[in-house]
Amino acid sequence: MKKVEAIIQPFKLEDVKEALKGVGIDGMTVTEVRGHGRQKGHKEVYRGQEYEVDLLPKVKVEMVIPSARLEEVVRAVIVAARTGKIGDGKIFVYDVAEAIRIRNEDRGEAAL
Amino acid sequence: MKHTRFLYGILAYSVVGMAQSVQTVEDKLTALEGAVKSAQSAGDNAWMLVSAALVLMMTGPGLALFYGGLVRKKNVLATMMQSFVLMAVITILWAVAGYSLAFGEGSSLLGDLRYWCLNGVGSAPNTDYAATIPHQTFMVYQLMFAIITPALITGAFAERMKFSTLLLFMTLWAFVVYFPMAHMVWGKGGLLNAFLGGRVPCLDFAGGTVVHVTSGVSALVCALYLGKRQGYPHEPMKPHNLVLSFIGACLLWVGWFGFNAGSALSASGLATSAFVATHFGAAAASLGWLLAEWIKHGKPSVLGGISGCVAGLVAITPAAGFVKPLPALLIGFAAGLVCFYMVAGVKQKFGYDDSLDAFGVHGAGGTLGAVLTGVFATNQVNDALRDASGRPVALGWVDGHAAQIWNQLGGVAIAWVLAIAGTLIILKICDLVLGVRVESEHEVQGLDLSLHGEEGYNFES
Repeated sequence: MKKVEAIIQPFKLEDVKEALKGVGIDGMTVTEVRGHGRQKGHKEVYRGQEYEVDLLPKVKVEMVIPSARLEEVVRAVIVAARTGKIGDGKIFVYDVAEAIRIRNEDRGEAAL
Repeated sequence: MKHTRFLYGILAYSVVGMAQSVQTVEDKLTALEGAVKSAQSAGDNAWMLVSAALVLMMTGPGLALFYGGLVRKKNVLATMMQSFVLMAVITILWAVAGYSLAFGEGSSLLGDLRYWCLNGVGSAPNTDYAATIPHQTFMVYQLMFAIITPALITGAFAERMKFSTLLLFMTLWAFVVYFPMAHMVWGKGGLLNAFLGGRVPCLDFAGGTVVHVTSGVSALVCALYLGKRQGYPHEPMKPHNLVLSFIGACLLWVGWFGFNAGSALSASGLATSAFVATHFGAAAASLGWLLAEWIKHGKPSVLGGISGCVAGLVAITPAAGFVKPLPALLIGFAAGLVCFYMVAGVKQKFGYDDSLDAFGVHGAGGTLGAVLTGVFATNQVNDALRDASGRPVALGWVDGHAAQIWNQLGGVAIAWVLAIAGTLIILKICDLVLGVRVESEHEVQGLDLSLHGEEGYNFES
């Protein structure tokens, strides 16, 4: 099993959800996060007081999938989340040791 | 003989009849006068009660929202509470002694205690102040001014003042600064009262000196005395919710019609004139601030627009009821530019932490408005001041009475001195008795939790 963690632009969340549904992924966890990579921040001015805002709002989408589906899922996220501009985000992939469904204690890919 | 008696009879009858009809006409006139008076009183009283409610609305929720949105979210409730609790505290002080000290006819500096516990303040008008409305209406209307004035100061020490100290500070401040200043400008026999025998006739229609200069200058003293918030200015302290501030500012704009047009103390043409000047001042100031900001920082901001509108409302406060609509536009526009410069230039340069710009907007805007009132006040708008022969006297420079500017400066100077001295002494006392600033860890944690045991936003519940 693999965990796919995609950090994307907030306004791309709906597109990514649709794309994942398209490849048969139903389960996911979504978190509002802040951060930055190479993207520069922006300047805000309140009554003359300037603030450099470098931590920008992003959305983190996490899902655990069967290893065999990895490329397909990653491709779907990339296509849906890409604008081609700096700040589109990143995808991280991790190995997952075990998955357990709390309700009936299904284990492994059956629990996904 | 019989005929003669008959004639006498007729004569007597007609004389009595004539007398009777004269009496009927007089009665009718008296009744008519009474009806006219009571109709005028009803109209004036209706407007003044609405105005009183509008001015209360300026503090809660107007100012509470405006200030609440400008602080960080850990302090939103504490900030709103500072405005709200004054609605309660000042009301008690006003009932017991405040109204009497402000409006009782005492010395030229302070009223006496003739209206102690609102003794004698009933439905009969007080003809010195407002002849057509119940004395009690006048009293409660003026109370709303006494509430918002100290609430304005809270913007200077936002996010770091102890709540217990706030209560002590504001109680003392009302007695030492507000009641004397209100008496001097508006009380009968007050030193600065242009209409009721003041030696330095200062024109202040709705409280440029009494409300805005006193609160704004005291705010600066507080900001300097308390010192900066921890982390100011290198840590980001962005307004946490400008939507709240926006709603608050718009409520202030509407409420200000009660503040300024209500200060005519009647539903008269003068009230309309003050209403129009108020609106024009706010509009021009909003654009003035936006324009300055657009040029200086490249973008016109919502916070800039609403700050400008408040600055304009402040500056037009002493002038409304004395100036025509076009000078009101000028006063407002000037206030937008000057207050922007005070907030975005002067404050940054000197580095004091007037957190929500109570001084930059109210102190500076109030001073500017008071002086410009001396320039633009005209008896074509307000002819209440008459000379011995009954002709309206020249008011400001536009009437050819340039010396009025000196009177205005006199009023402003007294307000500045009283505010600085009074606030310093009170802060010193508060510091000795309770301490003024919250503990460092409370400031970091936020005042909502540390002082009030609650949070403004509980999204998980």
